[in-house]
Amino acid sequence: MSEASLGTAFISLLRRDLMLAYRHRAQMLNPLLFFVIVVSLFPLGLDPDPDLLRTIAPGVIWVAALLAAMLSLDSMFRSDFDDGSLEQLLLTPHPLPLLVLAKIVAHWLISGLPLLVLAPVLGMLLNLGSESLFPLLATLALGTPVLSLIGSIGVALTVGLRGGGVLLSLLILPLFIPVLIFAANAVGNAGAGMDITGQLAFLGSLLALAFALAPLATAAALRISLN
Amino acid sequence: MSIIPNWLYQLSSPKNFYRFAGIASNWCGWIALFLLVVGLYYGLVNSPPDYQQGDSARIMYIHVPAAWMSMFVYMVMAGSAAVGMIWRIKASSAFANASAPVGAMFTALALATGMLWGKPMWGTYWVWDARLTSELILLFLYLGYMALQSAIDDRDTAARATAILALVGMVNITIIHYSVEWWNTLHQGATVTKLDKPSIHLSMLIPLLVMAMAFKFYYLSNALRRARCELLERERDKLWVRELVGENNSE
Amino acid sequence: MIMSDTPKPAEMNHSSNGSPWIEGVGLALSRNDRYIFTDLNFSLAAGQILQVEGHNGSGKTTMLRILCGLTLPSEGEIRWCGEDIRKNLAEYYAQLAYVGHAPGIKGELTPLENLELARSMSRPRKEADAEQVLERLQLPAYCDDVLCHNLSAGQRRRVALGRLLMLDARLWVLDEPFTALDPGGRKLVEELLSGHAQEGGMAVLTTHHVVNLEGCIVRGLQLGT
Repeated sequence: MSEASLGTAFISLLRRDLMLAYRHRAQMLNPLLFFVIVVSLFPLGLDPDPDLLRTIAPGVIWVAALLAAMLSLDSMFRSDFDDGSLEQLLLTPHPLPLLVLAKIVAHWLISGLPLLVLAPVLGMLLNLGSESLFPLLATLALGTPVLSLIGSIGVALTVGLRGGGVLLSLLILPLFIPVLIFAANAVGNAGAGMDITGQLAFLGSLLALAFALAPLATAAALRISLN
Repeated sequence: MSIIPNWLYQLSSPKNFYRFAGIASNWCGWIALFLLVVGLYYGLVNSPPDYQQGDSARIMYIHVPAAWMSMFVYMVMAGSAAVGMIWRIKASSAFANASAPVGAMFTALALATGMLWGKPMWGTYWVWDARLTSELILLFLYLGYMALQSAIDDRDTAARATAILALVGMVNITIIHYSVEWWNTLHQGATVTKLDKPSIHLSMLIPLLVMAMAFKFYYLSNALRRARCELLERERDKLWVRELVGENNSE
Repeated sequence: MIMSDTPKPAEMNHSSNGSPWIEGVGLALSRNDRYIFTDLNFSLAAGQILQVEGHNGSGKTTMLRILCGLTLPSEGEIRWCGEDIRKNLAEYYAQLAYVGHAPGIKGELTPLENLELARSMSRPRKEADAEQVLERLQLPAYCDDVLCHNLSAGQRRRVALGRLLMLDARLWVLDEPFTALDPGGRKLVEELLSGHAQEGGMAVLTTHHVVNLEGCIVRGLQLGT
């Protein structure tokens, strides 16, 4: 009697998370709404001067993306922990890091990918030139998966704790700094007509590194948190 | 266990570590005090003032070793936590936990002295200088480590969870460090004078190194003492602690 | 407690290399640096059921979690076929089904979806069919398409127990399986357990109920004295 293959398990878990998100559509939209609201606060708080907005746009959009990621990350393992599904996940014969990866991919599809759709609109609100649009999308495409990957480690470490949400931001936000620096800088430089392949290459290698190591760390952290 | 030499394995038992740490902590403390006096004397009295910055550059005898230590302690902490997690050695985890507040203190010291030095140099306490920024982020990492440790009730679980965090932090720390350096050169150019000169005169280098050694011994002394306390608390139900406490009471 | 050790053929009782299927050796657990239990030993042969007993806070649930490899014991180890489970977790987990305090089913999925998910995550029985399993568990037919969080606690418990019938697990680990079940449900679980034992399966459970299992070897494990 053969066990369900790893591929089947990976796909079913991914599909389950997407289905759960779909059945909670409203909840899933909240971090995105948050993303838009935070960005739109800046012109109100500063000055709607187009030049100023263009200068700060890359940083503002990226900081808002980090904060939106923090909000959505908190629920990554929370409900699975509460109803015991997480225990069951740990007790399958499949390698835990790969199952964790399925959950991370699901998280990115739910919370990271929509940011890419929204970003051009926000870019317009902040008077970002059309030459910056593609770089913005490229950095978001490379950067937001890193947020999901690194974030999953923090969530796994804090999943069973009271007040885990605040602690999570304290643990994770400093680790997001390299992504912020390179992504915002790439968008800014592109606006000034400079070459940004270096920054994109760096973001790409961050993604590769996080992709290789984060699921392992998350899996280890989950086993510890459920101890 | 075969990777660990036998004597080290012996030492790693809480009881033996407690005894060893007591002796080592005292010795390190006295050595640190001696080096501190020598280093401060040479640094503050017996070395020439900087030809550009005058006497205010003397704060580097505190600032630079503190900045070095802030990185060094994090590395030792992560290594020690990892050893404690993998081989389940309580003493090692306790040493990692004891290192965190000391490391955070060195980081805060580096930040504070950097700011004090910045006031006469830059006219303001804070500029987004590469080193200051790195130190600030490092302080966040230390605080995160300590926050996670205090959030988990069971100490065994806490030790293993913080070990993961420290290892993740260690991979990140280099990336963060170089990103910040890169970011800084882009935005500030070479206008900011770095605190440590590329070439440094021997009369300034020697007290600097003596101070660095003094800080290292102080760290060892302090962290060993803290680790001793933690072990004593964690092993309070064990026979050796009861015997120890009994001995002290009867004296 | 029935402690009749009826002799059975050795190849049934023991794994291929002659050691008991599942064994706990020198287990100790400390929480917040205080020992809850120490030097606990047990072993289980095919067809046997182990009932873990003890007052509240004696570490019954933790004992089961140790058995599943979820919680690390402070000392000692769990052996499957004579080998520490940590050496080959994947093989062990292919043989294990666990129903814990938390049912481990998603409230936003229907019972059918939950069982199908369980099937695809581990090693299913060849003949396992989610609808038949739900029928066997006497869940009313209308429940098949209702989201689980709309079911009663007892119904949810039945769905969780359905996992046992979906998976081809030799060892069942059940934490208070009778909680929230009506008398009919309790009888059902007893039937499942004795059927499992007669097929040569094993089960470890905690319960405050008096278990009535005809023709099964039920052994006791006392925690906390």
